Amino acid sequence: MRRFILLLALLAVLAPGSVWAVTVEKVVSPKGIEAWLVQDHTNPIIAMEVAFKGGASADPAGKAGLAEMTAGLLDEGAGPLDSQAFQQKLEDLVITLNFDAGRDSFRGHLKTLTRNRDTAFDLFRLALTQPRFDKEPVERVRGQITANLLQEAQDPNATASREWFRAAFAGHPYANSPRGTLDSVKTLQVADMRGFIKGQLAQDRLTIGVVGDLTPEQLGALLDATFGALPARSGLAAVPEVEVRTGAALTLIERANPQTVALFGMKGIKRDDPDWYAAYVMNYVLGGGGFSSRLTEEVREKRGLAYSVYSYLSPLQHSGVIIGGVATENTRFGESLGLIREEFRRMRDDGLSDKELADAKTYLNGSFPLQLDSTTSVAALLVQLQLDRLGIDFIDRRKALIDAVTPADIKRAAARLLRPDQMFIVAVGKPTGIEPTAK
Amino acid sequence: MKSVRVSRWGAMLLLGLSLASAPPAAAKMYDPETFNLANGMQVVVVPNHRVPIVSHMVWYRVGAADEVPGKSGLAHLLEHLMFKGTPTIAPGEFSKIVARNGGRDNAFTSSDYTGYYQNVAADRLELVMEMEADRMRNLVLDEQNFRTERAVVLEERSARTDNNPGALLAEQMNAALFLNSPYHRPIIGWEKEIAALSLDDALAYYRRWYAPNNAILVVAGDVTAESVRPLAEKYYGKLLPSELPQRLRTEEPAPRAARRIVLTDGRVQQPSWSRLYLAPSHGAGETGMVYPLEVLAELLGGGTTSLLYRSLVVEQGLAAAASASYDSSAVGLTSFRFGAAPRPGVPLDKLEAAIEIQLAKVAKEGFPAAEVERAKDRLQASAAYARDSLHTGAYALGEALTTGQSVAEVEAWPDRIAAVTAAQVAAAAAMVLESKASVTGLLYPDPKAPTARKAAPAFTPSKGVH
Repeated sequence: MRRFILLLALLAVLAPGSVWAVTVEKVVSPKGIEAWLVQDHTNPIIAMEVAFKGGASADPAGKAGLAEMTAGLLDEGAGPLDSQAFQQKLEDLVITLNFDAGRDSFRGHLKTLTRNRDTAFDLFRLALTQPRFDKEPVERVRGQITANLLQEAQDPNATASREWFRAAFAGHPYANSPRGTLDSVKTLQVADMRGFIKGQLAQDRLTIGVVGDLTPEQLGALLDATFGALPARSGLAAVPEVEVRTGAALTLIERANPQTVALFGMKGIKRDDPDWYAAYVMNYVLGGGGFSSRLTEEVREKRGLAYSVYSYLSPLQHSGVIIGGVATENTRFGESLGLIREEFRRMRDDGLSDKELADAKTYLNGSFPLQLDSTTSVAALLVQLQLDRLGIDFIDRRKALIDAVTPADIKRAAARLLRPDQMFIVAVGKPTGIEPTAK
Repeated sequence: MKSVRVSRWGAMLLLGLSLASAPPAAAKMYDPETFNLANGMQVVVVPNHRVPIVSHMVWYRVGAADEVPGKSGLAHLLEHLMFKGTPTIAPGEFSKIVARNGGRDNAFTSSDYTGYYQNVAADRLELVMEMEADRMRNLVLDEQNFRTERAVVLEERSARTDNNPGALLAEQMNAALFLNSPYHRPIIGWEKEIAALSLDDALAYYRRWYAPNNAILVVAGDVTAESVRPLAEKYYGKLLPSELPQRLRTEEPAPRAARRIVLTDGRVQQPSWSRLYLAPSHGAGETGMVYPLEVLAELLGGGTTSLLYRSLVVEQGLAAAASASYDSSAVGLTSFRFGAAPRPGVPLDKLEAAIEIQLAKVAKEGFPAAEVERAKDRLQASAAYARDSLHTGAYALGEALTTGQSVAEVEAWPDRIAAVTAAQVAAAAAMVLESKASVTGLLYPDPKAPTARKAAPAFTPSKGVH
């Protein structure tokens, strides 16, 4: 019996001066598996993005990097196909199929030509449900992750980020890098990975976005065939809510570079907070808006102190962060830091002008459709809309949410969030004239 | 050189080219419409009506290789300065106006070309076209703006290159590979030469090269040639053409010796091995070898079943990564590249010896015909994806046209790949891999440095929908 529940919502995305529409359909398969779909028959291509809630924040103690290593091995042999046979099939059919893990979710990515659709989805099913974890790929991927960890240790941005999260979320799973450490990666065993799959890859954590050359009926059948064998429920403990540490601090990691690279951050705001849109618009003006941002104007455009300076809101599932970055030659690093603090202060005390507010709204509304420029990017958007529980009509409502932000909202959000004297900073380099609180 | 683009802003998009041998295009894929303005400016329109947005790009046939010796970094610095205003646009306003119209803009510089783009709603095309045409001829610079932006570029150089031992080695290798060609200069420039660039240098370079008859307009998205033509004529068509200088790509002398470069740096934790070979491009050398070389790159290092990955990473377990790549779009000779990272504990010389065995075998025997056919099929099939993104075609066409190829050549790419034979692949492999025109680069940790073996992965911000 074929049973489809199809909910169609017409989503109008407003660009300046024009009105247009993308149709998002909610498809529920005969077995009850849900996906959001945008049909696009322009090219013979299908993209699917998948997320399982959880990800690296569910890594057991001492096993940091488990989600990521598991992700690296799901496409390295499954069912009857060993690693090279699996990869050969993907390459010969020009199928992109891989997985990765973030702090809050485990993600799968699939892209195929329409003519290889059924094979592609079947390989995805095999990878999720029958990964082999043969010895050769396990040790190879372990070596690759280790080499990546070593390589990233050379990168000042990555070094700063690791230390920032370690200290800002001490005692919480967010303190761990999703990639783990040289020591933790050594300990990861196949049994751990099988345990991870059992605990996390279940239907109750699953979110699916599909875009491209297929119909809802075709997708419904593929959903059952691909995900129907996954257990209905997962067995993971909930991750606790957490706040970023408070109190000013500057950790210095000395490195013989000509330039000091720094990350600065503080407690932020979660995606479902009523002040989200006010904070988002405020940050666009402060440090999110590229050449339109105050940080870029003061640090780069007026003084030439940095190539890149920015801030953004990072809404984690169980916390919120405002984080930013800058890189300035060692002798003038303190000057950049002072300017950044001053801009945080100015925004907190004075808010923004009517013109800044209006310009920010125009940009944030007008630029939204620019990201819809490939099947994969639209599929990723469909997943994120679901993870954030924004509703199938969100694209339609988004403009009103942004437009509703008032100067008073901005002031309230800025006063609540911006703490220029409570920044937690990690600097990598050899800055002069800076007094670190920790080394 | 070629594959490195230096952009004005960190968020530069390196779009679409997911293949080792970046496919220029595919027949009936981009299906561009093209015409010329009376002043010599070429216009290429790539219709894509899925979403009412456009990517408006102007590409100039000038890049870092066209700089005067001693002025390295000038092409890229001028790219930054192009945002500093005209008589009608105040300094720094260009990008803000684009943003106020819901758009995003940026620019990029390579050895052979410089490009500027705005991604906007289709109904804002005229606005960005007017602004782009304005700054093609009416740039206004002052000493203060110039000095500030030069400082920004020096910071950019530190962030990209000087903070990064791997990038420093790559820069040295490139300088060694090209003995006589201007490609030996880093696109971003040598630090001291950047610091010595003057406002007059920038203005002279601008006046010399920025002209409609040295530019290509590419518009991709929800447009047609019919809708673009009147706008292009109105804004770009009125600009006067210039007398253009010749683009000089001094020839490489016959190679006499393979070179080795060793960089030992206390900041290195993961050693690496890489090699460049001088190779023909669409613009120079044995251009008939270009398509066989693209197939060769796919066979050697195109993915996880390629020869190098299979033998070094999977079967022998010596490497964590191994790859080959080749970018055929260049005015002068280009490079065929290899890179490998040893697995922890494997010495570089052992890895290198294993790579040499594979390369020698390929240079001698080529690849079996069946493998060549499979690689060709993969390349052709993957071209279907190139059409998916709004930007891939615009980039492929802009790059091709600024490096001396034609639209027809770009469109014929799948046919050209289909025509490659196993014998041609073997001949191309022998020609490149047995050449002495090579540079091998070895990146080592400094054994005397205190080893802070503390690994740090990149921070990936959660991708919220805002």
